[in-house]
Amino acid sequence: MSKPRVAIHKFASCSGCQLAFVNMGTELVELVKLVDLVHMAEVGHVLPDDAEMDIAFIEGSITTPHDVERLKSIREHSKFLITMGACATSGGIQALRNNADSAEWMRSVYARPEFIHSLSTSGAIANYVKVDFELWGCPVSVRQMLSTVRSFLFGVPPQIQREKVCQECKRRGNNCIMVTQGAACMGPVTRTGCGALCPSFGAPCYTCYGPAENINVGSFGRRLMGLGLTQEQVVRKFSSINNAAPAFSDAAKLFCSEPWMEE
Amino acid sequence: MSDMRYLPRAALSGLIDAIRDAGYRVIGPREETGQGGLVYREIDGVEDLPQGLHDRQEPGSYRLEKTGSPRYFAWANTASAIKPFVYAPREKLWRVVHKEGRIHFEPVERDAAKTAILGVRACDLAALELQDAHFLRGKFVDPYYKARREKLLLVAVNCSHAAATCFCASTGDGPEVSTGYDILLDELEDGYLLRVGSTRGAMIVADLPLQAATQGHLEAALAQSEACRAQQRVLPGEKDLARLGEQLESARWTKVAERCLSCGNCTAVCPTCFCHRELEVPALDGKSSEHWRDADSCFSEDHSYIVGEVVRHGTRERYRQWMTHKLFNWVPQYGRIGCTGCGRCTTWCPVGIDFVAEANIVLGLAEAPEPELPHVDGSEAAQ
Ligand code: SF4
Ligand code: SF4
Ligand code: SF4
Ligand code: SF4
Repeated sequence: MSKPRVAIHKFASCSGCQLAFVNMGTELVELVKLVDLVHMAEVGHVLPDDAEMDIAFIEGSITTPHDVERLKSIREHSKFLITMGACATSGGIQALRNNADSAEWMRSVYARPEFIHSLSTSGAIANYVKVDFELWGCPVSVRQMLSTVRSFLFGVPPQIQREKVCQECKRRGNNCIMVTQGAACMGPVTRTGCGALCPSFGAPCYTCYGPAENINVGSFGRRLMGLGLTQEQVVRKFSSINNAAPAFSDAAKLFCSEPWMEE
Repeated sequence: MSDMRYLPRAALSGLIDAIRDAGYRVIGPREETGQGGLVYREIDGVEDLPQGLHDRQEPGSYRLEKTGSPRYFAWANTASAIKPFVYAPREKLWRVVHKEGRIHFEPVERDAAKTAILGVRACDLAALELQDAHFLRGKFVDPYYKARREKLLLVAVNCSHAAATCFCASTGDGPEVSTGYDILLDELEDGYLLRVGSTRGAMIVADLPLQAATQGHLEAALAQSEACRAQQRVLPGEKDLARLGEQLESARWTKVAERCLSCGNCTAVCPTCFCHRELEVPALDGKSSEHWRDADSCFSEDHSYIVGEVVRHGTRERYRQWMTHKLFNWVPQYGRIGCTGCGRCTTWCPVGIDFVAEANIVLGLAEAPEPELPHVDGSEAAQ
């Protein structure tokens, strides 16, 4: 039986997810025994976008008309399409530009803006094509990538949790820094995946893995204000790496619109 | 075995040494500087204990304050105490290997280390008793829990003050420790009243420089325990709680769901909650797989995933599950409510939802407070 063909495609991103992937260590050797890693821009196997694939991992967001064409071609030629990381899954930090006047920015930055062909938004892959599975994180968790490949090889759906970071934080035996220090930790609205990395070192969660299932951004944002954050700071907390994920962009809008701090 | 002796404070290190000499690793409360608060971790000696630290707990808030006191146990409780040392929040249950066309199950090593836990409270011991009922006295004995439980030595300390979130007096589980300990201490100004509750405990204290307890010591200990009975929060009694089953359509569940984050911090810190999920973690080559168990919560979607569907989608249903399980459905299961009044679910709730207040409101025994939603005026900011 021939090995499944796997590609890792890149769009607008910092390449950190690909680097995390390359950096996985000895398991990479194991992985290439199981699959043919035929395309990955970061390590130099560059095939055209219409090469036939079993799994296409996509890093990065869609920011140009050319990206859209490439993506459509990749989709047509891939059995499974899986987003890897915040950029591909929600639009990334660069989606903050979605709220700005992009034509105005072009004029102010480039002497000849007519040569720049870009979209006015940074979009998630799912805004353009069907996505079979999403892997969140900034960067993506290699453990989740490998278990997704393993599930694919077994022909079963991947087992990736959508619970809150708090659950993992508690399993690690951490004390909650929101409770002990009034820290603005985003764990209660953020999806698990990192192993509660930041709170385990006493630092608040930054929403790397996007929104968890069944979150309550209204109550949570109010709590942050009770802890001393201004309304604007609450908006910024939601407007981070996954700002364009609908649950977070709605939260940002909610805290932008209501003048709760008025006397 | 219940006669009282007196251990001067200077001899506390001797107790820790004696426990260690009996082959135990010693787990005790220590200050966690990175995260704040106290955590139960392995300690080397008295120098690791939180001397002169006092806790201040409120719904959604836990702070330590320095006092000049020489006491080591002048705090009410910590986010967790015994539970993770018997019911591990994450553990491997078995491994399965694909060999010669068949699958072979391989058990994991269940040889637990002898573990002494220092400073456990009445609410912790009562909760351990409930965990024992679940893991050891049900139809199936949990061998993983059992291995650790059998190696446990418990040094309890009676509380010298109750936190604002404590309500053990109303569940009948505290403030005094009554059973389930090997050694029990009352911490006084210059030493400890000491009782032993097991032969193991008696053997450990045998060579300590124990003195006869005086009337003064007894009275001081009694006064401390009495002071702990005056608690701000009072859980409704059995009769009222028996009406919870009639409140499944109460409008209150919707109100509490407006505030609740469905984060599951409450179930994670609750010393009686035992829910878990199981996961298969296959090796990349697909030739073997590990079977793991993770602590889970009724606030997570997986918890109610049954035959292809999540049954409890929203926070209203999940919060209702949590409270009605603890305070109502536990009774037919284990003969009593599943709450020992430790107050952890209230202290460690990031939005400060008050479990006792909610139970009273759902049962129509108290009015809902104003305002309902978290404050937006910075009034909860740290100090
Ligand atoms: S520190 Fe953050 S992630 Fe951990 S329990 Fe608290 S809010 Fe949740
Ligand atoms: S329900 Fe709350 S107060 Fe009761 S035992 Fe659990 S954590 Fe403690
Ligand atoms: S169902 Fe919920 S309240 Fe009951 S034991 Fe499980 S986690 Fe705790
Ligand atoms: S009651 Fe509090 S700790 Fe429990 S799930 Fe709701 S917000 Fe989280």
